[in-house]
Amino acid sequence: MTTTPALLQVGNLKTEFRTDQGTVTAVDEVSFRLAAGETLCLVGESGSGKSVTALSIMGLLADNGRVAHGSILFEDQDLVTLPERQLRGIRGNSIAMIFQEPMTSLNPVLTIGDQLSETVILHLGLSRAQARERVIELLAKVGIPRPEEIVDDYPHRLSGGMRQRAMIAMALSCAPKLIIADEPTTALDVTIQAQILKLIRDLSAETGTAMILITHDLGVVAEMADRVAVMYAGQVVEEADVFTLFDEPKHPYTIALMRSVPHISTPAGDRLASISGSVPSLLQMPTGCRFHERCPHAMDRCRDDRPELLQLSGQNRHTVRCWLYDDAAQPGTTDAKVLA
Amino acid sequence: MTTTEPLLQVRNLKKYYPIRKGVIARTVGQVRAVDDVSFDVHPGETLGIVGESGCGKSTTGRAILRLETPTAGSVIFEGTDIATLSAGTMRRRRTDLQMVFQDPYSSLNPQIRIGDLLAEPLIAHHRLKRAAAQARAAEIIQVVGLPRLYLNRYPHELSGGQRQRVGIARALMLEPKLIVCDEPVSALDVSIQAQVLNLLKDLQGEFGLTYVFISHGLGAIKYISDRIVVMYLGKVMEVATTQEIFTAPRHPYTEILLDAYPEANPHLRDRPRIIVEGDVPSPAKPPAGCVFHTRCPSAQAICTTEIPRLSTDAHPVACHFPLLASKNGKVES
Amino acid sequence: MGSYLIRRLLIGIPVLIGVTLINFLIINLAPGSPADLYLTPTSTSADVVRVEAELGLDQPIFVQYFHWLVRLFHGDLGVSFQNRAPVTELLAERLGPTLLLMGTSLVVAYLIAVPIGILAARKKNSPTDYTVVGAAFLGISVPHFFLGLVLIYVFALELGWLPTGNMITLGRGGGFADRVNHLILPVAVLATATAANMTRYVRSSMIDAFGQDYIRTAKAKGLGLSTITNKHALRNALIPVVTVIGIDLSALIGGAIVTEQIFQWPGIGLLTIQSIGARDYSVLMGINLIAAVAVFGANLLTDIAYAVVDPRVAYA
Repeated sequence: MTTTPALLQVGNLKTEFRTDQGTVTAVDEVSFRLAAGETLCLVGESGSGKSVTALSIMGLLADNGRVAHGSILFEDQDLVTLPERQLRGIRGNSIAMIFQEPMTSLNPVLTIGDQLSETVILHLGLSRAQARERVIELLAKVGIPRPEEIVDDYPHRLSGGMRQRAMIAMALSCAPKLIIADEPTTALDVTIQAQILKLIRDLSAETGTAMILITHDLGVVAEMADRVAVMYAGQVVEEADVFTLFDEPKHPYTIALMRSVPHISTPAGDRLASISGSVPSLLQMPTGCRFHERCPHAMDRCRDDRPELLQLSGQNRHTVRCWLYDDAAQPGTTDAKVLA
Repeated sequence: MTTTEPLLQVRNLKKYYPIRKGVIARTVGQVRAVDDVSFDVHPGETLGIVGESGCGKSTTGRAILRLETPTAGSVIFEGTDIATLSAGTMRRRRTDLQMVFQDPYSSLNPQIRIGDLLAEPLIAHHRLKRAAAQARAAEIIQVVGLPRLYLNRYPHELSGGQRQRVGIARALMLEPKLIVCDEPVSALDVSIQAQVLNLLKDLQGEFGLTYVFISHGLGAIKYISDRIVVMYLGKVMEVATTQEIFTAPRHPYTEILLDAYPEANPHLRDRPRIIVEGDVPSPAKPPAGCVFHTRCPSAQAICTTEIPRLSTDAHPVACHFPLLASKNGKVES
Repeated sequence: MGSYLIRRLLIGIPVLIGVTLINFLIINLAPGSPADLYLTPTSTSADVVRVEAELGLDQPIFVQYFHWLVRLFHGDLGVSFQNRAPVTELLAERLGPTLLLMGTSLVVAYLIAVPIGILAARKKNSPTDYTVVGAAFLGISVPHFFLGLVLIYVFALELGWLPTGNMITLGRGGGFADRVNHLILPVAVLATATAANMTRYVRSSMIDAFGQDYIRTAKAKGLGLSTITNKHALRNALIPVVTVIGIDLSALIGGAIVTEQIFQWPGIGLLTIQSIGARDYSVLMGINLIAAVAVFGANLLTDIAYAVVDPRVAYA
């Protein structure tokens, strides 16, 4: 297996939320690792737990949420047990985050300059004047025109694309080792999305920043990812490098998801493949494999036994959570061993 | 092109919203949401309208149904200009024209059971008895793939995909000839989008429906449309068959839109393509000349001064320098 | 912004005319006549007619209103029926004490409400929060007159710490400390309801602000709780709070009338009660005009404040 040391290693992460209907598990036994400079896409539909995974890493879960068990090793520190004070020193500094809604994620009553300088003043100890210089530099770097004017503007004066550029500048400001981007282009128009994706790609190549990119869009995954983890109902169901995943998807959910996406550069088929039914509710998780109710290949075993993430034999770090590959898998491999 | 009489003809449609300012709130400008848009919709076809936010596609759709009163132009449905009909006549006409909305969460009244929600238009428009209307609702709900017992449920008890099925069922109740679908799958998960798109296609075959399908999603547009109108800043850029739009676009904007689309194929990630700079200008201050010239890679001097007219050939395009069919070498996989 | 303000001021003129006209009609519809004041047991009905003619009350209501309006444009609010003093002088004399009372109450109320509202929001659904919400509910529910009498009973009569009423101790000139002593109880009464109301606004709008995406962004930057609260949340939370200041001020005027009466505070409120009793139409009209202008001005100020705290608001 790979010898590059992991920058981030998430092991058996389980995140729960207390609700009026009881405790729900939004993320269940999620494990993955990320090497420095690598881009990992977490892809899944709503309710798959991809955003909760990100918020668990950042320690930004809502008040009713908590990491029930598991570990999040970032540069050999476990973020799960790290005191809040030290976590604050990491947030915005060595791990930064970009959110989905550029319209609401910036504070409407503070200027762009105010909001961007906060991190460099806090983490890098710059003076106000130095911070302002740095912010103008960053704004120019993310392709915002007239940065020395925009720095004093309020967010509402900027278009959605420009605001997302400002968010990216904010994330980059302390030269983080890891950026977590949660659906960074979902709210944007397609031509603006192309600009922003290109910007993120160029910047991460230039700075060598590792990235976790969360998206529901397989097109974005195909453009951005080095590795991909497909999530369904709070679990990773398949993980592989991006080419392997698209060329040889193994999990029935991954396969179905790929077939349900319309392509524009190939002639259209007559019908899109669709997945019957809908994503199960967190309150009523199916027993066994969580996908079995919608799976065309479901066997008796799938209803009762919960599949583990299996390492496929002969494949470099291609894991799948499905009983169909039980024989193909190396015997006795479990999550922990896959990650070791 | 079809030779049949168009079901719907949109001619020089304009919808301007005034911008008011000053002590007496006089009109100082206009937002040109839709500016001189013309196209035909033939019976039984799906016409896709694609474009980014602010291009006027939704306003066009709403104007077709007279949910917006056009500033100018006509919307001729089966020979009648419905843009100028009286409110009462329009109300009767509306049974032929229905709409499916984007947001299945907010377009269904949360206080009303699905059954009543579906029966309501039949009672209002056809003065059907409640029982007869309910019976019809029971038929239609099965047509859109939901079990009958859902008639007794409330909208919040349904998932997003199921709610959109209800939205479609409601549009079908009055047996319309034309359905305007405004971003009907944009709020849904990928796997559910496919279900709803397939359903729309099946219903079209079954009931001989005509669709105007409005979306910013190129994938969905390509899958469902026979012909496509590409809009930008309130204007039509290009009208062509789906095949032509995706293999031989003639407007530079169309090509850029296709290039921007992230294909779900990692082997295509380094394909040669143009990523256009800059933002869409505000429709309150559209650029002079061709509205796309500020972002167009092939813009010349004339584009900044003269508005290009939509050509009248078989593949209409509004561009001074349309792309040559041969130039296009889209990567096939 | 400039043209917006001019437009608002121009709209204000017909509004004020409308409000004063309605007031004029209502006052005149009330039974009884100011002429009653001038009557003695020996007066005849001819005397009544004479007094009414003297006061201009024999003319049709609309003519009377028109005369009032014309005089208003000359800066003349007429003469008090009661003591023949010009209304403008009476009001000028009473305005100061009322402004002192209301202004102090408003400041005290905000100084209490903002920190407590923030505290409750930060500790949402905790015992602290429930205590604050409960106390605020109590503060809104208790009537001014009741709270005023309780305070007088406890602090003035039983404990003897504070005076029962008035603005200064008669015959002792009224130094600063004396005035403050007299202010405490009426301010406590007026500030209670305002603070209670405002606490609820601050709390709910802080809770709303804490739930916003930009707060999550601020946390993701590694900012501490106090920076997030004071810089990111509070400034946004103040936007809806500012809008209720105008409403608050109207409620405060109503409260001041009762409070001044209880504490014999020599302000506009006390004058109102006295003038109603005396059917002193011209004074009442002057008071109504001041109240209407105050409410109108408060709303205008609210709108301006709105533009100041929220950079997205630009009036055109």
